[in-house]
Amino acid sequence: MSPSHTTMSTSPMTMSTSQPQPTAPAAEMTVHERKIFAHITTTGVGFKVLYVIFAAVAAWALAAWIWQIVHGLGVTGMNRPVYWGIYITNFVFFIGISHAGTLISAILRLSMAEWRRSITRMAEVITVLVIAFGAGNIIVDLGRPERLLNIILHPNFRSPLLWDVCSISVYLIGSATYLFLPMLPDLVRLERHIGGWRRPLYRALRMGYRDTPEQREKLEGFIARLAVIVIPIAVSVHTVISWIFAMTIQPMWHSTIFGPYFVCGAIFSGIAAILTFMVVLRKAFHLEEYLLPVHFDYLGRLLMVMTLFWLYFTFAEHWTTWYGNEPDEMAVFRSKVTGEFAPLFWTMVGACFVVPFTLLSRKAWRCNPTIMLIVSISINIGMYLERYTIIVPTLVNPRVFITPPHYQPSWVEWSILAGCFAGFLLCYMTFAKLFPLISVWEVEEGIERGAQEGAARVRGYFPSVSEPAARLEPGTDGGVQPREAGGMGQPAAKRGPRLPAREET
Amino acid sequence: MSRWGMVVDLGACTGCGACGVACRQENNVPDVDERTWRNGRQRDWLQLVTKVEGRYHDAQVESYPLMCLHCDDAPCTKVCPVGATYSDEEGLVAQIYDRCIGCRYCTNACPYSVKTFNWLDPVWPQGTERRQNPDVSVRPRGVVEKCTMCHHRHQKADDRARFEGRELRHGDYTPACVEICPAGAMIFGDLDDPESEVSKRSEDKRAYRLMEELGTEPKVVFLRPHGKRS
Repeated sequence: MSPSHTTMSTSPMTMSTSQPQPTAPAAEMTVHERKIFAHITTTGVGFKVLYVIFAAVAAWALAAWIWQIVHGLGVTGMNRPVYWGIYITNFVFFIGISHAGTLISAILRLSMAEWRRSITRMAEVITVLVIAFGAGNIIVDLGRPERLLNIILHPNFRSPLLWDVCSISVYLIGSATYLFLPMLPDLVRLERHIGGWRRPLYRALRMGYRDTPEQREKLEGFIARLAVIVIPIAVSVHTVISWIFAMTIQPMWHSTIFGPYFVCGAIFSGIAAILTFMVVLRKAFHLEEYLLPVHFDYLGRLLMVMTLFWLYFTFAEHWTTWYGNEPDEMAVFRSKVTGEFAPLFWTMVGACFVVPFTLLSRKAWRCNPTIMLIVSISINIGMYLERYTIIVPTLVNPRVFITPPHYQPSWVEWSILAGCFAGFLLCYMTFAKLFPLISVWEVEEGIERGAQEGAARVRGYFPSVSEPAARLEPGTDGGVQPREAGGMGQPAAKRGPRLPAREET
Repeated sequence: MSRWGMVVDLGACTGCGACGVACRQENNVPDVDERTWRNGRQRDWLQLVTKVEGRYHDAQVESYPLMCLHCDDAPCTKVCPVGATYSDEEGLVAQIYDRCIGCRYCTNACPYSVKTFNWLDPVWPQGTERRQNPDVSVRPRGVVEKCTMCHHRHQKADDRARFEGRELRHGDYTPACVEICPAGAMIFGDLDDPESEVSKRSEDKRAYRLMEELGTEPKVVFLRPHGKRS
């Protein structure tokens, strides 16, 4: 990271002083607490309306699922030989999105990217929720869901599906812990300031944690270690998901690059998902002060890298198939590129490459939340189509034709697809009514420590140059202000009140 | 220990489809109506696959019976997360209906698409339930099933052999499809017994296995029609 990046990252919460002030009375909230906790206690009309709509859709999907349990999987559009359809696509897609939290949080934490601080929490929540919804789709897809425990009673460790059960369970536990641990200091604040009917919940969840300096130090140690552990788990999860397909000998599934291809797609759609949430939450919960153009810019750059990776993998995968010209593979290839699935395939290419590549090419566009919303939704539509065009065309083009294969999802499948999205958003909204979507303590800590750490780091890269780093030292305002104003694309004065000191250190 | 296998002589096969009917009767495979069939929900364990080459006036119609080939290296048994499908000690690929969770991974892993899934409850039009074979269980909805090489006949033959105080040997049992074939195109027996007809015929010059290149080592061997090279 260059010195200017560090400057940008700390600037949202304008750095004026780091002198600890006398401890504030317990009842009084800091500026950031007040601003961030606001979305927990105040509920607008729009929120309520959306909540009811999502609840209705989720209830409808639940009814559709019950219908399916009563009548059997025959109510779906799946058939012989198209044994998998929308549900497995949902599964791969949702688990893919879950990479949002891991990537943003763990990788950025380890690389000490200071700008991550206001987006880690909202990303980690996405992770935990979508893992649950992804895994849930597997259960919906089962012919005998009541026999699910057979996976534990009679495991066959040669099955990639069992590897998947193992890695997803570890991932769910790991990412839930990774969401929970950094929330502890906030829970202490919540219990003190929000209270009400939520107080017993906060008290139970903080499990005796009081946020003393020693506890805080230990906690940060745990978080740092967990961040290291969670990254290989996340990579393994999507690699193993790709192996469900790649380990079979079916045309265009049996591919060696599926592991990295799926991981790349997962990170790609994950970043897009977090961007969608950032734009919406920024507007809905008035978090403009914390989600700044610089965040969109940096994530936009990451997306640009991922869209190029995605194109590279997609091209490599299809080019080798075409050149090899193996008849069974070509049947699938043709149905994707020129046949039945061509509209979906080319929409995917447009949505995953053309749209993002164009709109991410200019900094002014990257900094514009509306444009980033278009980009991120386009990518997620494209990635859903990618999962679909990987899974279904292979099944529709089997080596032995028995009946003319076809696949048309039924109303039950569409309902459950809609219900998954609605249920996910419903859970997210519920979370927002209980816990802050921005990690208050991390933001405040960032303001307090960020500048010093940044300066120290710059000194670490360039030991001979002490002067530029010195300019970043807190308290020496003059050197910092002009640069940050330029970096943010808006005057510094607009960027919220100055920072009061934390209560305890 | 026998290694049961089958030879299907496509030179003798007339494509009459009796094998499929016999299989359905023997194994309690429910009939489906036309709509369900069109929706791809048929469950036949043995099907007649028909290939038409060329056009009217000059068409070559070729058909062959296709059932589970009981591969020695079966792609389906590897992927089952609960071990509901496995190769038994004689090399036949078996399915435990009571353990199957219905994930359909095995049906997707099978390159021959011969495993079927029970999408709906089996329907027995009035009276037809009386034709059910008491030796074969009726499978519930939501599980995968497939050809067992008439395992119930195998068990009966096994019992008889034990009663007579001898090992089960070649010729003790035949699956229903082989028994009914009016053209004598299907031969069943022990592939490891050098004296058996099935092992001799499987060495025939016309012998080939479906998609041999995949390395699944099927135990059902086809014989090309006379004079046809591939």
